[in-house]
Amino acid sequence: MSSNAFTPGIVPGRMAAEAYSEQFSDLHPRLDDHEALVAADRCYFCHDAPCITACPTDIDIPLFIRQIATGTPDAAAKTILSQNIMGGMCARVCPTEQLCEEACVREMAEGKPVLIGQLQRYATDHLQEQGIHPFSRAAVTGKSVAVVGAGPAGLSCAHRLAMLGHDVVVYDAQPKAGGLNEYGIATYKTVDGYAQSEVDWLLKIGGIQIDYGKRLGGDITLAGLRSAHDAVFLGIGLGGVNALDAEGADKDGVLDAVDFIADLRQAESFADVPVGRDVVVIGGGMTAVDAAVQAKLLGALNVTLVYRRGRDRMNASVFEQDLAASKGVRIVTHAMPKAVIGNGAVREIEFDYVDDAMQPTGQTLRLAADQVFRAIGQTLVGEDLPELDGRKIKVTETGRTSLAGVWAGGDCAAGGDDLTVTAVAEGRDAAMDIHATLTA
Amino acid sequence: MADLTSDFIGIKSPNPFWLASAPPTDKEYNVRRAFEAGWGGVVWKTLGLDPHVVNVNGPRYGAVYGADRRLLGLNNIELITDRPLQTNLDEIKVVKRDYPDRAMIVSLMVPCEEEPWKFILPLVEETGADGVELNFGCPHGMSERGMGSAVGQVPEYIEMVTRWVKANTRMPVIVKLTPNITDIRKPAEAAMKGGADAVSLINTINSITSVDLDLFAPEPTIDGKGAHGGYCGPAVKPIALNMVAEIARDPALGQIPISGIGGITTWRDAAEFMALGAGNVQVCTAAMTYGFKIVQEMISGLSDYMDSKGLTSVDEIVGRAVPNVTDWQYLNLNYVAKAKINQDLCISCGRCFAACEDTSHQAIAMSEDRTFTVIDDECVACNLCVNVCPVEDCITMEAMAPGTTDPRTGKVVEPDYANWTTHPNNPAANAAE
Repeated sequence: MSSNAFTPGIVPGRMAAEAYSEQFSDLHPRLDDHEALVAADRCYFCHDAPCITACPTDIDIPLFIRQIATGTPDAAAKTILSQNIMGGMCARVCPTEQLCEEACVREMAEGKPVLIGQLQRYATDHLQEQGIHPFSRAAVTGKSVAVVGAGPAGLSCAHRLAMLGHDVVVYDAQPKAGGLNEYGIATYKTVDGYAQSEVDWLLKIGGIQIDYGKRLGGDITLAGLRSAHDAVFLGIGLGGVNALDAEGADKDGVLDAVDFIADLRQAESFADVPVGRDVVVIGGGMTAVDAAVQAKLLGALNVTLVYRRGRDRMNASVFEQDLAASKGVRIVTHAMPKAVIGNGAVREIEFDYVDDAMQPTGQTLRLAADQVFRAIGQTLVGEDLPELDGRKIKVTETGRTSLAGVWAGGDCAAGGDDLTVTAVAEGRDAAMDIHATLTA
Repeated sequence: MADLTSDFIGIKSPNPFWLASAPPTDKEYNVRRAFEAGWGGVVWKTLGLDPHVVNVNGPRYGAVYGADRRLLGLNNIELITDRPLQTNLDEIKVVKRDYPDRAMIVSLMVPCEEEPWKFILPLVEETGADGVELNFGCPHGMSERGMGSAVGQVPEYIEMVTRWVKANTRMPVIVKLTPNITDIRKPAEAAMKGGADAVSLINTINSITSVDLDLFAPEPTIDGKGAHGGYCGPAVKPIALNMVAEIARDPALGQIPISGIGGITTWRDAAEFMALGAGNVQVCTAAMTYGFKIVQEMISGLSDYMDSKGLTSVDEIVGRAVPNVTDWQYLNLNYVAKAKINQDLCISCGRCFAACEDTSHQAIAMSEDRTFTVIDDECVACNLCVNVCPVEDCITMEAMAPGTTDPRTGKVVEPDYANWTTHPNNPAANAAE
């Protein structure tokens, strides 16, 4: 590899081979035993704790932290996993600074919350690395449930159903399970193949069969699933990416951030993943930050994240914004793409500066760009789906759709944040309702 | 910088901080380091008769930890010095020669017969030491051989041995008391009757710090077995403070000088012991935990405190809180307080609510938005909410002004002092009428 940061165009190997593992190392290495005890001791064991309320899966956080503090991390893990079967991944990817840790009374008191996310990882890793699966199946009911999508919502739903004695078939279009855990999360948040380890661990419950390479609307249909199974859960996520509304947006080098993130996760070697010299990411959410940070980690010279509103409106948390800034990503706000310029491939991108009402101010910004990533949201894709609410599947509180015997949860369902932890909660709650329905 | 000079039963030292008789004062090397660090005096680790004792060759200490492995309590099964008597005497002599301004007390423990005391006391006098401390306190090992706390638990023995010692030396005699008794005033009285110049307390408390749940053996574990040790460190301070106060406020004990010992870790701890009647203090566990340098904080802290109070001598602290130590029956029952929660400081953890609701008087209300307020109608001013609140000064106990009505009892707060002895519910009070 003779490329470096200054090499023009989209090329791999901008850094020395040995630099990549350091660049993409664990964002928050696991707490060691003593660190965990010190961190756990800071928990006040609040009454009716605000952190529990803030957790979409209602994990009994003070209890699991006390279990860590008293030297029983495996008991802590059971407390976590009984509410959130993907507590291990959530410990890594949850925006805790907007959820449990934001609600922590010590955040209010000192601006330093208890390290809930890191403690959760300490406990779940401790249990999972021993290969212990602490749940077992109830007597088999003979009922069969189809789960479409092996992402957080689908797997959460499948696990709970299997635990309750139902037989589950999970259909997924990809060759691997995990959904966004496997394809859509920054590499440094889930190192060492954790997403697949977690799936393997989750499947130890038994009673779950995964049918890979099956896409809804292609190899399988909702009607077919409804007739073959006693119930169907849709956890199909958002398969499409919003298009860039700017002149010249079809030029080479204008790509989807989700594909870049997926390529990085699936790459044999980070050095093989090409990246531009001047990278521009358009968007203000987690996907935008994940793409921008990783472009920088791959050795891009300039990475600029451009968002059309102010920082306070960005979906990416302050922590994520600061992380991006600390890695050298420049964040530009109040700018909307106007034109992608270049002869075949993108060379520059021009933005209109806009006011709070999104109206052009007359000022513009031009950025050199040989790679542009779209990270302006994903959309639901599919035909013959249940009734929608806006752009997503309409569901009740327990995930029931407009179709009898069909439930939905996760990003494809209306309501709730598009977070792993929310998807897990929705999958779990739908499973409980499916179980109640099937055993009524 | 206040004058910290101390004169305890005629023994002068540049400050009132002595190292207690214990592992830190076992050898010349350690004691020289202590004096270089600034300690006002030492009580040399207890001497005994030859052949010298031996110690176990496994763990001697066990610990109780707080957060972040902060040592809260230490337990030890070490015996008295395990070196020849003459070695210790030689070292004491040269150290005292080199540090004439520091207090040098020698702790002694020999069998409960007069001859051994007659034998050892002149040897100690010959070193130039300033005084002796009689170790009637160690609760482990030596007590099985009829010494240490085996003597300290029998007031008659204390009096007898103290009398022998006083009869056989010109040196001031301090009697070190064991807390492993039911009434600390009894051994103190015995020491006084025997002619002791002072008492020092407390020695360590019988203890097992923990149990190894794999071996099912007490800690520290020696080859699968454990024996009780002596407990010390910050955890024992409240017990020691009470015992010091019990002696200090007993008129029958004639204000016998007290050297305060028991978990003293900071200047504040030292000042508290002194306020309850200790003429000086002895420290061990804090030095064993942090090293001898801590005395610098004790010196600067006590000095700053005295300056802030306008005190010019440490003696002005000694005993100052004693008149305020009383019996329950004399506490003012007309004093009525209510808890008050400062909403600006409250972080809404709800610990006060859980404590009050589950274990006390249901006197704290919790709103939907996690605002916690005291229900005066129910609050008995127990103080539990204050104690469990993680934020200092967030919850306070506010006295009700005389003339106002306590909503809990519906009674007007009386301005006058009235205690249990005259309370109508007291059968003894009624009987006296």
